[in-house]
Amino acid sequence: MRAILILAEKEIRDGLRNRWVLGTILSFAGLALSLAFLGSVPVGTTRAGELTVAVAGLSSLTVYLMPLIALMLSYDALVGEFERGTMLLLLSYPVTRRQVVLGKFLGHLVILAVAVTVGYGGAGLFLVWSAGGELGGLGAYLAMMASSVLLGGVFLALGYLVSVLVRERSAAAGWALGLWLFAVVLYDLALLAVVVAGGDALEAGGFLALLLASPTDAYRVLNLIGDEAVAAVAGLAGAAAEAGIEASVPVLAMAAWLVLPLAVTLLLFQRRDL
Amino acid sequence: MNAGRVIALEGVGKRYGEAQVVRDVHLHLAEGESLALLGHNGAGKTTLIKIMLGLTRPSAGDVRICGRRPWERGFSALRARIGYLPENVMFQDGMTGRELLAFYARLKGLSSPPVPELLERVGLGAAMDRRVRAYSKGMRQRLGLAQAMLGDPVLLLLDEPTTGLDPLLRRQFYELVAERQRGGAGVLLSSHALGEIEARTDRIAIMRAGRLVACGTLAELRRQAGCPTRIRVRAAASAAEEVLASLAGFGEARPIGAGSLEFACRNGTKMELLRRVSALGELIEDVEIVPPTLEDIYDRFSETAEPQ
Repeated sequence: MRAILILAEKEIRDGLRNRWVLGTILSFAGLALSLAFLGSVPVGTTRAGELTVAVAGLSSLTVYLMPLIALMLSYDALVGEFERGTMLLLLSYPVTRRQVVLGKFLGHLVILAVAVTVGYGGAGLFLVWSAGGELGGLGAYLAMMASSVLLGGVFLALGYLVSVLVRERSAAAGWALGLWLFAVVLYDLALLAVVVAGGDALEAGGFLALLLASPTDAYRVLNLIGDEAVAAVAGLAGAAAEAGIEASVPVLAMAAWLVLPLAVTLLLFQRRDL
Repeated sequence: MNAGRVIALEGVGKRYGEAQVVRDVHLHLAEGESLALLGHNGAGKTTLIKIMLGLTRPSAGDVRICGRRPWERGFSALRARIGYLPENVMFQDGMTGRELLAFYARLKGLSSPPVPELLERVGLGAAMDRRVRAYSKGMRQRLGLAQAMLGDPVLLLLDEPTTGLDPLLRRQFYELVAERQRGGAGVLLSSHALGEIEARTDRIAIMRAGRLVACGTLAELRRQAGCPTRIRVRAAASAAEEVLASLAGFGEARPIGAGSLEFACRNGTKMELLRRVSALGELIEDVEIVPPTLEDIYDRFSETAEPQ
């Protein structure tokens, strides 16, 4: 555990030094605040709390931004150290390969958690303040923040998998980008095509399963139809009522997407002959 | 297990796919002893060191480092007492020398590591707060040595440690290593810079194409290799022809410049020649005796000798 913490701390320091942390915080805060300002334009008769509106808007954008940031942080975590030649020395120290992966992962996850907390948390405080202390939708907002970190963890884990599978840093970058494109765009397009082509043949349960099979859609399910008020704002109230799923289901789906790639990464890394 | 034996390799082999990189290596190193591992690039030196560190697993044979097998559970903790300097050591560029050394010290579990002192010792005192990015090759190498010295290691594995160091730094480098050796550490260093190894390690092992072709003290290797001792004789200017004539026909001789001859003496002919030379008295101006260098021995073992 000690070694894991030392390695995590190093990743965090690296993140602070090369402005990764700052950049991520700024992009999250910028995103949240611009949405907040847009959201404060009167929106007809909708009487939803500021925070509720923000959850609908923010989670729709986080689902693109967070995977990209997480993959950029993680794709060269292992292959980069091999390519720079620093891995050999690190592994000659009293650390196991498991500790190297978990330490780096923990460090990266903390970076994302801090960025979400400061960026989205700060914007949330601003929203509450501008609404005169109105706290409606706070629960959904906090759940959105937590699930955003979880989404980040999923794509960190996928990035590590790329990082252990590929032998060159540049190839890892390509794979990471492809993975992002597939996960946030292509999968949903394919799903849409399936629905359009055979909407009747596909029963609601099957569609839901296909949604939950994708970590980004699980995140959307959790945030957009998990909370009734948010679902109303997002125009998905009907879907929410129909689906009637527990919040724990998409959370578990995402957790599986975090644990499995990380476990495979560990296995491959431990087997690698240097 | 033998007390005080830090390295024990028994019949170690390593195969990467089709390539047999190391085969049937037997090698021992005791505490406080130093060994030079010599061989051309690709002879298997680095692979052997990686096996000792448990970074790669041998496909044959047994390995004990400080009495434990590197692939067994719990070996990782033992690495706190091993100092390793990889060939062409690389570091994270963005950190300063001090930060890097402190990080590695924490990984070794040292509570109050002498980071600045160690950096002073390797001559990086003035540069310790500069980013490693700005370090020269020699400075990185010294930082590499400093990290290897962390935690008073009982075993030092140094892979091509003096590449990129000028002669003065090399001497300082070897002083530091020798100090650690006096403190009880076993030292293994690999090199192909032969000249500088001479007289700096207790024993020398020569690798060729994955096999250990020779191992012993310099004197032992000299005997085994049977390299000739060269004797150079320079005659006084006036007596050049007379001297050359009287010594001509004595073993292998070749002229090296005006009035000088070089003899390659094997197995006991050396003393006979020297007696003859001294009998010539004042006709001889100078005699030089050149024992076979490590280079000669190395060439002999790495090119001609068949593995034993």
